[in-house]
Amino acid sequence: MEFKNLKLSKKTTFIIWVGIIAFVIAAPTILPVFRLNLLGRYLSLAIVALGVDLIWGFTGLLSLGQGIFFALGGYCAAMYLQITSSSEFPNNIPEFFGLYGVDNLPFFWEPFRSPIFTLFAIWVIPALVAGMLGFLVFRNRIKGVYFSILTQAALLVFFNFFNGQQKLINGTNGLKTDVTELFGQMVGSEQMQRMFFWTTAVLVIAAWFFSKWLVKGRFGNILIGIRDDEPRVRFTGYNPVLFKTIIFSIAGALAGISGALYTVQSGIVSPQFMTVPFSIEMVIWVAVGGRGTLLGAILGAVFINYAKSLVSEALPASWMFIQGGLFILVVTALPEGVLGWIQGEGPRNLLQRFGLKRKIETYPSLEINNEAEDLKK
Amino acid sequence: MLLDSLFNGIAIGSVLLVAALGLAIVFGLMGVINLAHGELMMLGAYTTYVTQLIFKLPLLKPYYNAYVIVSIFLAFIVSGVVGILLEKTVIRKLYGSPLETLLATWGVSLILQQFVRSVPLAYGTGLIISLLVGLFLPTIFSSKIKESINFKYIRFSSWVIAALSGVLTGNLISSSVSKLSRASARNVDVTAPAWMRGQVEILGTAFPKTRLMIIIITLISVIAITLFLNQSAWGMRIRAVTQNREMSDCLGISTEKVDVLTFGIGSGLAGVAGVAVSLLGSVGPNVGGNYIVGCFMVVVLGGVGNLLGTIFASFGIGIMTDLIGAGRLLSIWPDMPLPLSNTINFFATTSMARVMIFALIVIFLQFKPTGLFPQKGRMVES
Amino acid sequence: MKKKSKSLLSLENITVSFEGFLALNDLNLSLKKGELRAVIGPNGAGKTTFLDVITGKVKPNKGNVFFKGKSLIGRKEHKIARLGVGRKFQSPRVFENLTVKENLEISVSSPKSPLNLINKNIKTEQIEEIDHLMKIVNLSNKKNAKAGSLSHGQKQWLEIAMLVGQKPDLMLVDEPVAGLTDEETDLTADLLKSLSGDNTVVVIDHDMEFIRRLDSNVSVLNQGTVLCEGTMDTIQNDKKVIDVYLGRPEE
Repeated sequence: MEFKNLKLSKKTTFIIWVGIIAFVIAAPTILPVFRLNLLGRYLSLAIVALGVDLIWGFTGLLSLGQGIFFALGGYCAAMYLQITSSSEFPNNIPEFFGLYGVDNLPFFWEPFRSPIFTLFAIWVIPALVAGMLGFLVFRNRIKGVYFSILTQAALLVFFNFFNGQQKLINGTNGLKTDVTELFGQMVGSEQMQRMFFWTTAVLVIAAWFFSKWLVKGRFGNILIGIRDDEPRVRFTGYNPVLFKTIIFSIAGALAGISGALYTVQSGIVSPQFMTVPFSIEMVIWVAVGGRGTLLGAILGAVFINYAKSLVSEALPASWMFIQGGLFILVVTALPEGVLGWIQGEGPRNLLQRFGLKRKIETYPSLEINNEAEDLKK
Repeated sequence: MLLDSLFNGIAIGSVLLVAALGLAIVFGLMGVINLAHGELMMLGAYTTYVTQLIFKLPLLKPYYNAYVIVSIFLAFIVSGVVGILLEKTVIRKLYGSPLETLLATWGVSLILQQFVRSVPLAYGTGLIISLLVGLFLPTIFSSKIKESINFKYIRFSSWVIAALSGVLTGNLISSSVSKLSRASARNVDVTAPAWMRGQVEILGTAFPKTRLMIIIITLISVIAITLFLNQSAWGMRIRAVTQNREMSDCLGISTEKVDVLTFGIGSGLAGVAGVAVSLLGSVGPNVGGNYIVGCFMVVVLGGVGNLLGTIFASFGIGIMTDLIGAGRLLSIWPDMPLPLSNTINFFATTSMARVMIFALIVIFLQFKPTGLFPQKGRMVES
Repeated sequence: MKKKSKSLLSLENITVSFEGFLALNDLNLSLKKGELRAVIGPNGAGKTTFLDVITGKVKPNKGNVFFKGKSLIGRKEHKIARLGVGRKFQSPRVFENLTVKENLEISVSSPKSPLNLINKNIKTEQIEEIDHLMKIVNLSNKKNAKAGSLSHGQKQWLEIAMLVGQKPDLMLVDEPVAGLTDEETDLTADLLKSLSGDNTVVVIDHDMEFIRRLDSNVSVLNQGTVLCEGTMDTIQNDKKVIDVYLGRPEE
């Protein structure tokens, strides 16, 4: 927790952490179940946002298809829950198969009977899909907007596939998880939801530390180098394809974990997770929070979604206007995001030159300065 | 049989082409990714709808049959004006940072979608009219007047006139056409005039007239834009700015005007595409979103900044979509081995055809990463 | 003519055409190990394309490039870099959002695999190497400053330091003194001279004073081909060279 302008002492950092942990432990008793569930969902979205920050904020790859990996993680979790809770249905297979006259479980469902396989599948499958897609694209030096367009097209393709395959994965209806059982408890029950909230909170913090560790030091510096001047990295003897594929897979894995946590807390996974707007929203959480800051991604995901639910409850039609306006505002006036702005010269500039035109920088000033201090000993 | 498939493919391709044409121009010439392109198409489609209803008024009833033709021009103007506004307010600030443009235009697309949901179309039309007047009234004065100090008053008063005319038109339309006076999120339908309904028989096969009409619209758009870019003075300026912005600036070309013009034309073409789309199915706030990804695929496959590539890519994708989506291969070769025919059946729906085509495009890009007709030269890498 | 077997780098009949325009036309050139070579030529003579071909950025339409006896044609840029070809770009290209130290870490680190970078800390001898490099180019006090905040000359030097840190067998240096003050230019010339001997260095520049100070063999490029080769004195008296290059007023 270091800011460029306001550096926190060890003691303050400690107090903040105690506060966070105390809140996480106490949240289920303070918040009503409905709000707790929402908070848990938004926290799980923070994990996918961290992945977006890794690939976009640090490496310069704007993926508009993170929904693919998010949904894959969700489907993995839901398939396990459905299949292990299907003993009372005909043929011992999930109920929806009966609607389409399917008697035999499709082959790819089989391994999801195993909890251990599922625990791995949730992040390994999205990572593999991301790695494969990424490798094919990066290998040909397709970058910038072309990469964004292709990821968006891939998203649409996955959406079409999942949406159209009723007999395999219940098509457009998706897979429900809230009436399935885990450890002999209903997944939708209050007790289980509390468990999921805690799991999510712990995993968000873990993912944050993991991401920080990843971008700290030389690996992270190469990512920034790729973002700023990829040919230069190549002429220095590094293979950018490898680095990009790795970081894209990691972002995919984070998205998968995020999707699984989101699914069990929202009670359903469906192709709606793979719509175009949802994946672009993920980018805007990071943009508003401040790309290249990691913490900004978490805060952006939680607060924008919270604002969304508040606004949607009060004035349903206006959210689209607000969201659209937010996109334009952040991109044109606040390219570093809120956290980047606070960390940078923002507040001082505002006070000093109120009303004057501000210089627009393309990339946010990053936290790396502090990391360098750490390395220095 | 084959002719059927070819025609269907060309019909699908020509919708793609007319939709992608504007995008290809804006992307190819300006390097701007406009995610609101689909929504500009949607505006064009709604323009067709509004025009149709207005032509049902007693005064214009005798000319009802011509409304589609009129709406092509109107759609061009409506989407073009909105595009110009977009360029002047948002895109201009973001030249040179394509990813930022992409995000900002997505924001614009959300606003446009919600706009047609929550603003009555009559007042929407009024707003467009006032935009038109406000933007173009000052330009009719001679340059001598423009340079005088008092010109700002003229500009101000023209915006006042613009606002008034907008409100008047809005009220007029909303009082005379009740369907346009209330906001609605529901889809609307454009019905083709009698002469465009039915089918034509060519070489023993029946072709729907609306499809033929779309092919004609596409053809005219492509020819017009090619002529404009290659023959007119402004076309030459646009190409000059594309190739070397600083040099053009030094030679006295107003790059600012060129940007506005290019973006306006690209957006206007989106409007024309909207007319075509409105003839195919119902029109709703999301209608543009269905086409945008396909358009981008066309641009990626065709190679950037190349009209010929755009044309080939559109028809290629169109024909492939029909071949795969309708399972044509199976009817051409009925007794193929079972596993193969099963695979073909699996992909023989419109949505699965998209899956297949994306896979094919990704495979194609493995061999030709820069598309069918890449730009060559030493400028490309840097 | 030098013997092929002894040369570190040799370009044979290289032709590169951009849509009909011949950037390089049947170019032949070879370098001995430890040599310092200056390449000059008027604008558009193909100097930068010449470097692009060696580093793998541009594929020649015809001809072959041998480095340490291996053909470089068809190899990826990063593979060529790992073989020992380092390049400094025309305008300084350093990673502006990284500090001076981080820039040098990137160039010094080896092996250059992602796993090595994630797993292991930088080696002590590499840290010493970085300190040493910073001392040479006078950037020790800017260790933790962002490269983007350096002056133009300092960026040039940082990039040269990065090039040296990469420990290449062949250094390709494109216009190292563009935009530098006279004093900085002299220092750079001395630096490059001190590097040759252990390293093979190719310097491309316009600045004749600077080239003279390098005191090396000079190749003159014109219209994509080698016009003349020799010491500074020989080429200055060569009639062809005077016609195309030296005879013209300074650019």
